Amino acid sequence: MNNFTKLKKKSAAEWNALITRKEPVIYLGMASCGKAAGADKVREAVKATLKKYHLSAKLVEVGCIGTCYLEPIMDISAFGNPRVSFGNVDEKSAEAILRKYLLEKECHKGKVLGHFGTNSFDGVPRFFDQPMLQSQVRIVTKNCGLIDPENIHHYIANGGYEGLSKALQKTPDAIIDEITDAGLRGRGGAGFPTGIKWRTCRNTVSDEKYLICNADEGDPGAFMNRLLIESDPHAVLEGMLIAGYAIGASHGIIYIRAEYPLAIIRLRHALSQMDQYGLLGEKILGSDFSFDIRIKEGAGAFVCGEETSLIHSVEGKRGMPRTRPPFPAVSGLHQNPTIINNVETLSTVPHILRNGSQWYRQFGVEGNFGTKTFSLVGKIRRSGLIEVPLGTSLRKIIFDIGGGPQKEFKAVQTGGPSGGCIPEELLDTPVTYETLASVGSIMGSGGLIVMDRDTCVVDIARYFLDFIQKESCGKCTPCRVGTRHMVEILEKICRGDAEPEFLDKLESLAKLVKSTSLCGLGQTAPNPVLTTLRYFRSEYVEHLNEYYCPALVCSSLIEYSVIREKCTGCQLCVSVCPTGAIIGPRSEPHNLDKEKCIKCRACYDVCRYDAIAGNAIVITSRKEE
Amino acid sequence: MKERITCFTEYMCTYPKEEGSLIPLLQKAQGELGYISPEIVETVADYLQLTESQVFGVASFYSQFRFSEPGRHSISICLGTACHVVGGEILLETCERDLEVKSGECTSDMRFDLNRVACLGCCALAPVVKIDEDIHSKVNIIKLKEMWSNYE
Repeated sequence: MNNFTKLKKKSAAEWNALITRKEPVIYLGMASCGKAAGADKVREAVKATLKKYHLSAKLVEVGCIGTCYLEPIMDISAFGNPRVSFGNVDEKSAEAILRKYLLEKECHKGKVLGHFGTNSFDGVPRFFDQPMLQSQVRIVTKNCGLIDPENIHHYIANGGYEGLSKALQKTPDAIIDEITDAGLRGRGGAGFPTGIKWRTCRNTVSDEKYLICNADEGDPGAFMNRLLIESDPHAVLEGMLIAGYAIGASHGIIYIRAEYPLAIIRLRHALSQMDQYGLLGEKILGSDFSFDIRIKEGAGAFVCGEETSLIHSVEGKRGMPRTRPPFPAVSGLHQNPTIINNVETLSTVPHILRNGSQWYRQFGVEGNFGTKTFSLVGKIRRSGLIEVPLGTSLRKIIFDIGGGPQKEFKAVQTGGPSGGCIPEELLDTPVTYETLASVGSIMGSGGLIVMDRDTCVVDIARYFLDFIQKESCGKCTPCRVGTRHMVEILEKICRGDAEPEFLDKLESLAKLVKSTSLCGLGQTAPNPVLTTLRYFRSEYVEHLNEYYCPALVCSSLIEYSVIREKCTGCQLCVSVCPTGAIIGPRSEPHNLDKEKCIKCRACYDVCRYDAIAGNAIVITSRKEE
Repeated sequence: MKERITCFTEYMCTYPKEEGSLIPLLQKAQGELGYISPEIVETVADYLQLTESQVFGVASFYSQFRFSEPGRHSISICLGTACHVVGGEILLETCERDLEVKSGECTSDMRFDLNRVACLGCCALAPVVKIDEDIHSKVNIIKLKEMWSNYE
């Protein structure tokens, strides 16, 4: 029996013992999102409760299953019943849930989300039948939230390293054929066929080759890579081994942003386990293949998502791009052939090796096979990380999976600062690399920001351009100077200081920056402006001609006032107003001095936050009659 | 401070003398000392046989590095897109106004330094504010002001 078979047997035994365990097991979602929602406190409450009632249970920390809006999430399995999941758990309800389940064998009705597994479980729906999960196809997120990311046995017991084991029995060329047949395209955003990229590198003769995993998720509003690494770190590492073997590299580097400390910890831990079990270093799994992986922490630069900038950053230089060709696959890190793949691309690779390219091609549509993860956020009911087959319509993603926004839908931004704002009438667009490009946006790495009628598209365009302008490396003039001018114009429009001809200026400048910038950052930077001008021009015109911001966002164009009939005179707003703009005796309607008001929104929030206030503070925009 | 620089210098010697060590060394220095001081730039430049301007040029390119002493606590306001659409900017303005500090700087009593961060990746729980290592989700002005009092 070879070593991997032994390891698989050991892992299966450990996993089976856990899932068939009669004594209670408590699983806690402890990814960054869970922690931000208070999972640490829940863990302490769980421990205290177990102590209080003299109960014993095994505590397992898992990653995030993707339903971030339900965090903190706690699962319990006990008494031979299927694992049951509870959502929005806090310290108080954690005790109630545990007491009810472990002592009275009943599910807390208000908090139960569903159960896992195929067996029915009385009165409790299946977890994956929830509307957010029903139409998802989980390939790369298969293990997320279900296994302990710090336990390699959990990964192996669920099919982990099987793809690597199969790959090592094939020739590198056969692996590249398999990936090419599967039609896998780069999930970082550009969608270049992964097989072709690997082939180029394989065919380049060199003593040294490198594989870099790009985990520098710089798109603000996207967290696919963070969640995948925090919840299932071995998947991306297995993908790196397979890719390294296929292209003939012996060194791997994970370039990950420093803002993801937990993901870095998980990777370090996973690497040490791989080392321990012969999955890293010399002669991996007894083969002739040797490979090492280093972690390189990024230092915060959006442009380092661009391949040549990333390479410069790894070399210890300023992360500025260079002209291509030569492409990194031919001459990259230290002038050696280098492949840079995104986390999601690499996490998909083991699945293709394990199940074959034909299996992978059943998902998605011609030319766009497989699944894609998206972080669904913004003004949406069910936010979180989702995975759907390519070709799924935006409407299905936003309304069926995400539950739509609370208020009227306005637009969705795909592809982050490099993408575009897509309006309601184009929501039936299927999500593929080509269709998104045809409406002026891009696939990007997978951020989907939903906006409702309270989001101002001019402000959003200004926000993205401001971000890009700050992140521009300054090497080429169109990007350095052009984006700056665009921000200035957009700021003037938001302030009500603009001239009517500014819109045409903005549009021609945007086209110029798009066509003349050196790298992808500058070439895509104008997309938010161009798409909002294309689909929401009337809103620009309203800002420009009528000093009217329909979403009531642009602070120079709005004002606050008190509706006297609604005001309960509770003085909450008086206590939070930083400039003393609101005055009024208790129990009498207050007055708001517009001269003193700095539009900080504190009064508006407090007037809705507390039940004793009466929603009396309103925001209006000065539309000239 | 001098002791910590000596300590860092000893640690630095375990790194290979090549350009690729520059960013990891700066990260280590900032982790130990809280910021990149002129002495650090000089020490690292000497070790890697680069000029000080080369080292500063790289350090100033990346948003992670700061060049002034941090406060006792660090407030990072997330201004990712998801946080922006639900009012992240307003939280930053509130900090600037009420704590009398500008983004990237430190309060005069050294209690807080205030930073804007591009995205913390907790977008589903926006707006997000990080104080030291604690991430606070769904923050509004009222919650924000309550939070400060827990950090002296």
